[in-house]
Amino acid sequence: MNAQAPFAALQDPRLNRPEPFTPRDGGFFQRDRSIHPPAHAPGYKSSVLRSPRQALLSLENSISEITGPVFGQNDLGPLDNDLIRNYAKDGDPVGERIIVHGRVLDETGRGVPNTLVEFWQANAGGRYRHKKDTYLAPIDPNFGGCGRALTDDTGYYYFRTVKPGPYPWRNYVNSWRPAHIHFSVFGSGFAQRLITQMYFEGDPLIPVCPILTTIPDKDALDRLVAPLDLNASTPFDSLAYRFDIVLRGQRSTYFENRSEGN
Amino acid sequence: MPQPLNYLKETASQTAGPYVHIGLIPAMAGFDIFEKNFSNVLVTPNTKGERITLEGRVLDGTGTPLRDVLLEIWQANAAGRYNHPADRSAGALEQEFRGWGRAGSDFDSGLVSFETIKPGAIIDKAGRKCAPHVNVWIVARGINIGLNTRLYFSDEEAANAADPVLNLVEPPVRRKTLVATRSERAGKVVYAFTINLQGPEETVFFDV
Repeated sequence: MNAQAPFAALQDPRLNRPEPFTPRDGGFFQRDRSIHPPAHAPGYKSSVLRSPRQALLSLENSISEITGPVFGQNDLGPLDNDLIRNYAKDGDPVGERIIVHGRVLDETGRGVPNTLVEFWQANAGGRYRHKKDTYLAPIDPNFGGCGRALTDDTGYYYFRTVKPGPYPWRNYVNSWRPAHIHFSVFGSGFAQRLITQMYFEGDPLIPVCPILTTIPDKDALDRLVAPLDLNASTPFDSLAYRFDIVLRGQRSTYFENRSEGN
Repeated sequence: MPQPLNYLKETASQTAGPYVHIGLIPAMAGFDIFEKNFSNVLVTPNTKGERITLEGRVLDGTGTPLRDVLLEIWQANAAGRYNHPADRSAGALEQEFRGWGRAGSDFDSGLVSFETIKPGAIIDKAGRKCAPHVNVWIVARGINIGLNTRLYFSDEEAANAADPVLNLVEPPVRRKTLVATRSERAGKVVYAFTINLQGPEETVFFDV
C-alpha cells in the first residue's frame, strides 16, 4: 500500500480544506451549559450586575480556540505544589495536613498531559492572605495559600496543603462558604479553560452555599465534592482527598507524526 | 439495547471569587511566593511585530468598572501563527512569544492593560483570512462561568469587514463592541477597549 495514501485522502479537493488543516483537526465538544451555573443566578447576588443578558454567540471552534498556551516545568519552581512549605517562615502552617490528588481528564476519559493546574485557598481559620480579606480569623504567617502543578503524561497531579476553613461572607447575612479550594485549569486548547472549586466530602455547608447551589444539576454538583481517599493518605502525617477534573472532549487532532490517529 | 456511550461530563464551573489574585497573580494580593510569575507583558526584546498596549475596563450593569476582574488574552504572533502544536499554518513560529498573558484590574481605577504585539491575520480552516484579533477570557466574583470574547483593531477596517466571525454578529451594530480603538500616547500605540457585561452596549460574548 502506498504510504502516502492517508495523506492523499486528507487532501481530497472536494473537502475544500487546503493543507495544513485536515478533516480531523480537532475542535472541542459543544459545552453542555445545563451542567454549569447560569450567568444570572440571583441567589448569588454578585452575579446580578455582572451577568450578560444577551444570548452568547455560538462559534464553531477555529484555530483561535483549539490552540492555547503551552507550559512546562521551567515555568514552575520546585516547591510550587507544596503549600505546607512554599511560604513557611519559621514553622509549618496550622491545620490538618492533607494531600489533594487526581487526574485531569477530558470527556472521552483520556488524561490531559502536561497541563497547568493552579489552586488557591483560605488558611485553616478561613482567612485568605489577600489585602481585601478582613475576616476576623488570623493570617497564618507560614501559609501563603496558593500553588500550582503540571499534570504528568497520564493527566495526574497532586499537591500538599492544609485543609481550608469555612468562612462567612456578605451575601445573605448568615451565608457561609463550605471549605473549598479554587482550581484553575488550562487543557490543550483555550476553549477548555476552566475555573472551578473543590469541596470536601461530608461538609454540612455544601447544601446551603449560595455559590455552590448556582449549579442546577445535582450530579454536576456532586462531582465537585472530593471524597476522602484513605489509600492515598500518608500514615501519621496527612489525609488525602481525590479530585478528578473533566475538561471538554476533543475530536481527534491530526498530527503528522501520528497519522494513524490518537 | 445499544452500548452506552460512556462519555464523561465536563466539571462544572464556579466563580473565581474576589481573591482570584492569590492563586493567579499573587503579587496583586500583596505577597510574593513563586520564583516565576505570569504577567501582562507578553513581549520580550526579541519579539517581532508592532509593540502595542491594550488598555481597557470591564463595566457592570451600572456602568461601574469591575475592580477585581482578571483577564487572560491568547493571540497569534505577528506572522499570524499561534504558538501551539495544533497550528501548522505557514507563518513563522517564534519560540520566545508564548502569546498568552493575564492581568488583574487596578484595585482603584479598574484599568486592565497588556503589553503585547499586534497579531497578524490568521487563515481559518476554510482558507479564509481572519482579521487580526486577540482572544479574551474574563473571570471575576459574580461571573459564574468565564466569558469568552475577542478584540479586533480599529485600524483594520477592511479586514474587519471581511472577518467571518464579526460577520456572524447580528445585529451589525453590535460588532463595534469587539473593536479596540487605536491612539498614540507618548509615542506608544494604545488600543483602548471597554467590555460591557450588560446594557444597551453589551459586548458580544461567545459560546466557543
